[in-house]
Amino acid sequence: MNRVSIQAEDFDPAVELAALEASGGGGVASFTGIVRGEGGLVALELEHYPAMTMAQVERIVAEASDRWPLLGVRVIHRFGRLEPGERIVFVGTASRHRTAALEACAFLIDWLKSRAPFWKKEHFADRTEWVEARVEDDAKAESWKR
Amino acid sequence: MADLTLVYFAWVREAIGRDEERVERPAADATVATLIAALAARGGGYAEAFARPDRLRAALDQHFVPMDSPIGDAKELAIFPPVTGG
Repeated sequence: MNRVSIQAEDFDPAVELAALEASGGGGVASFTGIVRGEGGLVALELEHYPAMTMAQVERIVAEASDRWPLLGVRVIHRFGRLEPGERIVFVGTASRHRTAALEACAFLIDWLKSRAPFWKKEHFADRTEWVEARVEDDAKAESWKR
Repeated sequence: MADLTLVYFAWVREAIGRDEERVERPAADATVATLIAALAARGGGYAEAFARPDRLRAALDQHFVPMDSPIGDAKELAIFPPVTGG
């Protein structure tokens, strides 16, 4: 079963993993993204495009399900103000075998980074700065193109 | 035909000073790029936000589109910087 949540609240990866483990496959892979506290970062502010985000992430999940034989996909992406150490994103995949679960998980996080309508703003003690998209992230997403 | 809704995100929204507005539907042959050029000509925050079209991305009715896409009968055009989620 596939499920997507776009939310301000935190989530519990253990609960999400348990649900994926119950999907009947032989393998579960996951990625949890955490706010890094580098360079004196006080907080990260995530803005998104509410009318588009859910549909777009569901399209990305559908693409993963087309490419790999998955039994379950779970995506959670938070928005709003997040402090260093807080979870931002969770991607979990369940499949009969490890390769599909691992590859689909990597694909999903790469595409979320460059194809989901979120924007990060960094807050420091004395200034704020919009995060620039990284060429490497685009290249990673492109590498999954077929 | 009905007006076109424009929505802005991130530093585009901040430069313009609003997150949404309605504009008169552009001519039938208008593309995202030609509309952005027309908006930039308003000056002020618009000129600032749209100074570098290569730094902008767009979505028509909640689907990402290239800048040379015709606006056609879309209801909503979103203009924003490259996304940085994940």
